[in-house]
Amino acid sequence: MIYDIVILGGGPAGLSAAVQAKKDGVENILILERDRELGGILNQCIHNGFGLHTFNEELTGPEYAARYIKQVVDLGIPYLLDTMVLDMTDHGETKIIHVINEESGYMTIETRSAILTMGCRERTSGAIGIPGYRPSGVFTAGTAQRFINMEGYMPGKEVVILGSGDIGLIMARRMTLEGAHVNAVCELMPYSNGLVRNIVQCLNDYDIPLKLSHTITFIHGKDRIEGVTVAQVDDKLKVIPGTDEFIPCDTLLLSVGLIPENEITVNAGVEMDNRTNGSIVGELRQTTMPGVFACGNVVHVHDLVDFVSEEAVLAGKGAAKYVKGTLDTNVTFTTANGDGIGYVVPQQVAMKNVEENVTFYMRVRQVFENKVVNAYIGDQLIATKKEKKLLPAEMVNFKIAKEVLEKYPAGEIRFVVEEAQK
Amino acid sequence: MYDIAIIGAGIAGSYIARELSRYQLDIVLLDGENDVGNQITMANSAIIHAGFDAPSYKLKGKFNAVGNIMYEKVCDDLDVPFKRCGSLVVAHDEYEMATIHELYQNGLKNGVPGLRILFREEVHAMEPNLNEDICGALYAPSAGIVSPFELCANVAENAIDNGVTLKLNHMVTAIDKDDDCFKITTSAGNIEAKFVINAAGLFADDIYALVGDPYFKLLARKGNYFIFDKDAGSLVNNVIFPCPSKNGKGILVSPTVHGNLLIGPDAAPVEKGDISTTGDRLDYIKANALKNCPTLPFKKIIRSYAGLRNTPVADTYTTTDGDFILEESPVKGFINVAGYESPGLSSIPAVAHYVVEEIVKPLIPDIEVNHDFNPKIRPHVRFTELSDEERAEIIKKDPKYGKVICRCETITEGEILDVIHRNAGARTVKSVKKRCRAGMGRCQGGFCSPRVVEILARELNCSLDEIMYDQQDSAYILAGETKSAKEEA
Repeated sequence: MIYDIVILGGGPAGLSAAVQAKKDGVENILILERDRELGGILNQCIHNGFGLHTFNEELTGPEYAARYIKQVVDLGIPYLLDTMVLDMTDHGETKIIHVINEESGYMTIETRSAILTMGCRERTSGAIGIPGYRPSGVFTAGTAQRFINMEGYMPGKEVVILGSGDIGLIMARRMTLEGAHVNAVCELMPYSNGLVRNIVQCLNDYDIPLKLSHTITFIHGKDRIEGVTVAQVDDKLKVIPGTDEFIPCDTLLLSVGLIPENEITVNAGVEMDNRTNGSIVGELRQTTMPGVFACGNVVHVHDLVDFVSEEAVLAGKGAAKYVKGTLDTNVTFTTANGDGIGYVVPQQVAMKNVEENVTFYMRVRQVFENKVVNAYIGDQLIATKKEKKLLPAEMVNFKIAKEVLEKYPAGEIRFVVEEAQK
Repeated sequence: MYDIAIIGAGIAGSYIARELSRYQLDIVLLDGENDVGNQITMANSAIIHAGFDAPSYKLKGKFNAVGNIMYEKVCDDLDVPFKRCGSLVVAHDEYEMATIHELYQNGLKNGVPGLRILFREEVHAMEPNLNEDICGALYAPSAGIVSPFELCANVAENAIDNGVTLKLNHMVTAIDKDDDCFKITTSAGNIEAKFVINAAGLFADDIYALVGDPYFKLLARKGNYFIFDKDAGSLVNNVIFPCPSKNGKGILVSPTVHGNLLIGPDAAPVEKGDISTTGDRLDYIKANALKNCPTLPFKKIIRSYAGLRNTPVADTYTTTDGDFILEESPVKGFINVAGYESPGLSSIPAVAHYVVEEIVKPLIPDIEVNHDFNPKIRPHVRFTELSDEERAEIIKKDPKYGKVICRCETITEGEILDVIHRNAGARTVKSVKKRCRAGMGRCQGGFCSPRVVEILARELNCSLDEIMYDQQDSAYILAGETKSAKEEA
């Protein structure tokens, strides 16, 4: 049997994409999930705050996942759990996906179309190379979250957190609630890398100090971590001599960034974007390989699951169109990140596939106040997005209507941060 | 009473134990750590040197090339990943070329096979990613790369298969000699043996001082390293050495046998046991590695670590020429295998044979051959190396091979269970990682370490918080149940 769509990953992106494709009339869909249940990383995110945009209410991670799992089940979409994708190969009309699981062993699955939704992983202490010992007690925030929320064990009692990514902030509160003492959250940059609401609700409400422009210069303790040396950095991120401070701890959590997991994507030969570490995608999240789509954190790291679900709807629609043979492949526009902007997704737009508008996701490179993001085609300013404050931690959603884009036959849409017009 | 007690289950002690198990002897292998090969053997360059560096009059010169040649057979018997990738010592100018010629001549004396001096074009054809300034190199096709922790675990396993007793967590604290018997006091009970082989690595001088008057002293010299993601693994094909200076072999760039890339090490004297990485030394390594390999992608670094060498040094009561110490000591029946630094790993098959045949055997005239000795261990299943058909077959036989635990390295539960249940099996998260690579990949155990903890707890029949990362008791991973879990209970 040849499937119409196989989805690589049963997290929020995969579930939402599956539901949309099924609603659009595609029959033979299969979801492949490597974990023992659907829902992906949401299962260990037991705090609330999910779904404000999608459902207008505050849900926990598992509750948010359950809403989509219910739709998948109600729509009768089949899925395989504990199933690992080893590889995906392109054979033109179809893709072959090589998988293993305990029950069926090694299998190949043939499909017309694939949606990549493998999510992302955390940057590790190895990647940032903190000097010092390599003891136990150094965890990425997500690993600690799994130990506490899924296994019911504490990683430690006296905690320092490096990096102010959202998982780190959430874990500062979680560990405090479980009786641990969080000494400090150290952030290398002069601004937080987490959402403002998480700074307020997870640090300020619990009197946990956020040390901006601080880093860890040494990990102490041969067997189990015994403390860290923390120091201040200057505006070039170099350590300022004499600012060292020893903070004793038995646990160091790292929340220093997330990296899309694209090994399958790269091996398959899909074209990548080194700004996002994800694949280059179009308005319906089509990649450069016909029939292969990607959405969610595997394309670029989102800060809210609501936007992952939203993006996955596009991929679901796109894959459905592809299967039916109605997906247009003529690229009208490419996008570019100008001054102040780190990346833009999608990187390409095929206007014939656009319904009412295109939402461009992007991140700014630094904190900007009282500025705007302008979109240009050539010298023409085509749209402006106003924000009181632009933060690298908060993704900018820049929606541009179809009528506006239709005025231009082709070209590059360039996004730049500029002074607001007086 | 044992015939022979070996102190130290690093590569030297473990390998000698295995060679001794070719004879009918009661052998005990002692180590203070909770795993074999947990110190010097664990953190080094993982290179099987060709053997052109050391002068031929030294033991290092005598054994390196011979040990190197034995590696195919050794790694075949012991099922250890090994690749004869070759090495280049590169020269940037005519002065360095002169050194290359000296090394070449010395290599010939040491019996290194296939040595060739390459000119500029040949070097760059062989290694397109090297600095254009490089004007020539010494090519040694016999140099190789190996997995030192797998070698040590597997040779210890084979020793146990052949009758050796392994006692981990036995830290030696005192040794008394009583007529023909050594009484060894350890942190976990007393042991008696007729002969002792001291292979205690960096602590071999301290161990010897328990029984005799010190005649050698060991200095810890630390080397920092970086490991790159497999994406960067094919940047070089050979081990790339700079031209050696009086400070040593210099900063090398090397592929690893598992497909990563490694750079390092520097060399700085430190206190024994100081394996902390040092910020400015790491910068020094990066700067020096760039001199030979200017496109190193530092963004792809997945881990930095430091390891120690145990270098014999002169002090008030010793002189040394920095060679291996392989001899029966002035204390009769007590054998020192000390100062065993680079090229110790490369030489070990030859050195172990020498220690057994030339030092131990003359001490035991009535020694009898163990006719049941089997040099091979039961081969490992390495899932990633199997064909699709073999994968299907192994999962059908044992479904645990159908469950991937480590995503980055594609390590299955079947492989993890196997390394736990073998002789000299894994008991900690780190010992699982050393044996089957779960947690060695780009996420550094972020996803799989909770799973590995779970599997270890299940297989060893204990709770999750009893599983250690590394050293016994002090390297715990979890600090008890959460409040919520306790309330639920």
